[in-house]
Amino acid sequence: MPTMPISGSARTWGTVVVFLLAHLASACAESHAEPHSPHPDDDVLRYVPDATAANDLHLPPPPFTEGAFPCSDCHDPELPVRTRRRELKWAHKEIELTHDEEHRWCLDCHDAENRDVLHLANGTPVAFEESHLLCGQCHGDKHRDWRAGVHGRRTGSWNGEKSYLLCVHCHDAHSPAFEAIRPEPPPPRPRRTP
Amino acid sequence: MSCEPGLSRRDFMCAVASCAVAACTDVTHTSFFRDRLRELSTADIAAIVADLEREYRERFGKEVTVGTEEAMDGVEFAYALDLSRCVGCRRCEYACIEENNQSRDPEVHWIRVLEMDKDKGIDFAHATPYYDAEEVPRPGHFYVPVACQQCRNPPCVKTCPVGATWQEPDGITVIDYDWCIGCRCCMSACPYGARHYNWSEPEIPKDEVNTDTHILGNRPRPRGVVEKCTFCIHRTREGLYPACVEVCPTGSRKFGNLLDPSGEIRYVLENKRVFVLKAELNTRPRFYYFYGV
Repeated sequence: MPTMPISGSARTWGTVVVFLLAHLASACAESHAEPHSPHPDDDVLRYVPDATAANDLHLPPPPFTEGAFPCSDCHDPELPVRTRRRELKWAHKEIELTHDEEHRWCLDCHDAENRDVLHLANGTPVAFEESHLLCGQCHGDKHRDWRAGVHGRRTGSWNGEKSYLLCVHCHDAHSPAFEAIRPEPPPPRPRRTP
Repeated sequence: MSCEPGLSRRDFMCAVASCAVAACTDVTHTSFFRDRLRELSTADIAAIVADLEREYRERFGKEVTVGTEEAMDGVEFAYALDLSRCVGCRRCEYACIEENNQSRDPEVHWIRVLEMDKDKGIDFAHATPYYDAEEVPRPGHFYVPVACQQCRNPPCVKTCPVGATWQEPDGITVIDYDWCIGCRCCMSACPYGARHYNWSEPEIPKDEVNTDTHILGNRPRPRGVVEKCTFCIHRTREGLYPACVEVCPTGSRKFGNLLDPSGEIRYVLENKRVFVLKAELNTRPRFYYFYGV
């Protein structure tokens, strides 16, 4: 079978692709070397969580379990950081993780260094007040719909400012699927005259 | 028989009959001897509103406001319902009843939530609104809530022999309850079963009556007339969402201005898989169903 002749322009493009791949690989290797310490000049890109900062979405405060926040009240930084999956016997016994539980445990979302914040996959801290940023990492399509006012419950005014809820106002972050609910009674069937 | 010169026998008989009817019943001149609502002046409508409010005050023992808000400029309402999220809990059905003063006995339900088989797809022949389940969604089923589709080409309006129902500029099809003769032609014309008839005097408990009403919408209706969803005209013309949108626990229901390019409805139409019910009938509904997932 005759081989396909490679034209001059295809060869040039091939070189460009190889060069780009090599460049990308070296960039990845650099970033992997220091995953959690961004360059000091990078602070323009680095997100600084600020629970009190006014956000343009006017999000209501997150629905904390009573007495659970701030987490640092109990989670002393002196205590050892435990990343292994285990049965929770002493605290947080009510949490049942059914949210990609095969791949995740507490500190994949909660931050070990600062217990009062969450963190993205790349280590960027995120305040509980803006937890939708964390959810949006995996659920990008839902996050986009939510931002447009299409995913989630709508209340208030169709022609006024949109009112938003956080993902966790409707979904339990640890077990986000909705439970089945009891329906209201069916309408009566039409009456028949005897 | 002595008669004023210029008064014909016909006019005289009409006047006598009118006085007789008025004396025998408690109907007011504004509800019985008036012209079509669409052809009345603002002053005439104000007189009708005053009459209605007085009637409702006597009947329910509290102040009921009857609004006459007109359509906003540059607004065409549309609705979108996410079938991949609806669980068939019927919260919308009952929120609608409370909001729109539907009769509790006999029960009138403007919204019907149809349960369908996933195996069969959208199939009205095998759908039922009477499913009775401990928990929803039931495995193997999905749910399609149906109310007035607010058609651009409404068969109900076309068939009404007296012109008692029409489309407003914002796309809502409304009924003049005092002009409706109760012939129910519109009900047989509607392919969605969205129109409902008051077979007997509608009963609304005094403490449950919604006092915020609109003359073309949720004001308490008399017996023998047809009624239907008006996209909560008394709420939406004031910028609020319809009651069914607010109550939906899964956020399946979306509402807005079709003419607003940055609105929710346009986002759904541009980004989701959208369809309308019975598209082959060319009714061209303003009520869209979509799959959000």
